[in-house]
Amino acid sequence: MRAPQSRTETADVSGPFDFTLALGDDALIAAQRLAEWTTRAPEMEEDIALANIALDQLGAARLLLSYAGELEGAGRDEDALAYLRDDREFRNCLLVELPNGDFAVTMAKLLVLSAYQLPLYTALAGCADERLAAIGAKTRKESAYHLDHAALWVRRLGDGTEESHRRMQAGIDQVWPYAQELFAAQPQAPVDPASLRADFDATVSAVLAEATLTVPDSAWAPAGGRDGLHTEHLSYLLAEMQVLHRAHPGARW
Amino acid sequence: MYGNDFSGEDAPGGLLGEVEAAEAALRAAAERDRGAPGQDVDLAAYFAEVIDADQKIEPRDWMPEAYRRTLIRQIAQHAHSEIIGMQPEGNWISRAPSLKRKAILLAKVQDEAGHGLYLYAAAETLGISRDELVELLLEGRQKYSSIFNYPTLTWADVGAIGWLVDGAAIVNQVPLCRCSYGPYARAMIRVCKEESFHQRQGYEILHMLAHGTPAQKAMAQDALDRWWYPSLAMFGPPDGDSTHSAQSMAWKIKRFSNDELRQRFVDMCVGQAEVLGLTIPDPDLRWNDERQAYDFTQPDYAELMRVISGDGPCNRLRMEHRRRAHTEGAWVREAAAAYAAKQASKEKVAA
Repeated sequence: MRAPQSRTETADVSGPFDFTLALGDDALIAAQRLAEWTTRAPEMEEDIALANIALDQLGAARLLLSYAGELEGAGRDEDALAYLRDDREFRNCLLVELPNGDFAVTMAKLLVLSAYQLPLYTALAGCADERLAAIGAKTRKESAYHLDHAALWVRRLGDGTEESHRRMQAGIDQVWPYAQELFAAQPQAPVDPASLRADFDATVSAVLAEATLTVPDSAWAPAGGRDGLHTEHLSYLLAEMQVLHRAHPGARW
Repeated sequence: MYGNDFSGEDAPGGLLGEVEAAEAALRAAAERDRGAPGQDVDLAAYFAEVIDADQKIEPRDWMPEAYRRTLIRQIAQHAHSEIIGMQPEGNWISRAPSLKRKAILLAKVQDEAGHGLYLYAAAETLGISRDELVELLLEGRQKYSSIFNYPTLTWADVGAIGWLVDGAAIVNQVPLCRCSYGPYARAMIRVCKEESFHQRQGYEILHMLAHGTPAQKAMAQDALDRWWYPSLAMFGPPDGDSTHSAQSMAWKIKRFSNDELRQRFVDMCVGQAEVLGLTIPDPDLRWNDERQAYDFTQPDYAELMRVISGDGPCNRLRMEHRRRAHTEGAWVREAAAAYAAKQASKEKVAA
């Protein structure tokens, strides 16, 4: 495993390995959070939908992490990357590690995540790296479904009852500042996230308007996930996710 | 397919072969158009004729009230079992030891929710709503399978549930593919096909563990030790004590007795346990040449009754969990209903 110090010396956080790893980590941590809803959703249909989306995210994570392992060339496969890194080595955005909160917070998170992943994967599908292009071509279809699902629920909750409107606005307010980090410029990366911002804004503001919700106005823009500087939540998430794998070093499952 | 993979199988083509045969029989029955009964036909006699001829009763048909009630009870409890049964396995999704296993487990639990919905829909053809059935579950007035009141303490339990619990469920459900009520028979055909994949996946988990490190093998044996008797108890009380059996057999809802199915399950498992290299926790388990079947120690039926009546290790936990999800989701369901009503009235204005 690489020590954080050696990282900074060779720092090229927008290189293909770091870029692929970051996207893989986004999908993996999102899957872990979404899967927490299993057996807890407000409707049986929603149990199925959330498990379905978690499964898509997990599938994307496996493709991206496997490829990241190959790019790195140090013999780490998807499981080594998922189970044997500590929180300081994870590169996911802060958004996906936030606790699920109530159903409105989860839908706010999913709206932001999928409105970012859809243009990202779409752009990736056309990038020069063949493997990333193939992954993008597969995952963008799934992201379109996730975005549909989140947008529908944000509209239902925003324009549902007074209670659901209040909760949905609170969910958006809570999640909104974390969107900033997603679009930090990486001019050398296979796709520069900064180039996706306009698309994202157009999608999300249309959904929020239809949902009778307001776009939050906040200057606070927490960040750090891409550098391994996370919220206090991630370490707990990883402790749970990795506990069994780490208890049996070298075992096959 | 699972029927051909494992030794100790008891029928040509295996259980999946039986599912396929039941599906063909169902199609053949549908092709023999029996037409509607005439105006002056005795409905009870007509019902008996349909059952005798191995035709299917459909939702539009007259049926004895007790037949309807028995089916509602059985299908609903089956549906509840799928929904509550998501919990013990769902307990390990976040900790699954590899990403591949995590994906398989997530997909499996998702399938179970789908089976639940499918079965609730089958029950609804009998004139009761899903909301009513869910209320009956939450109020504790309808049961779910006793097996889901046991805790999943290690990862190997996920494998044991797949192999033994899904295995027992399949042995139970394959004959239901030929049950006299059409919607239930069709549901069972679909459920059994997916269930057999789950069973195979569970077996594969245990196989990996049993051939892994000593700690992994010990984990697998421990899981078998804890899940063996609860799985045998899934077939219900012994034939002498089974309250619903005789009438259900006459109506061709049930096709085999509890004890017959339990025997079939034991006979199937012995060879599979040998392939795993694990020991079934029953010192008196042995082949009986005369009966051409294994002798085995019966589960503790007093324990089964305690678990069914609410005093198993996890009954309270499972019900609290289900009730909490239902209660905490109420505002979401209300919002969806309010939103749908607004959309409908907007469309009306526009029209």
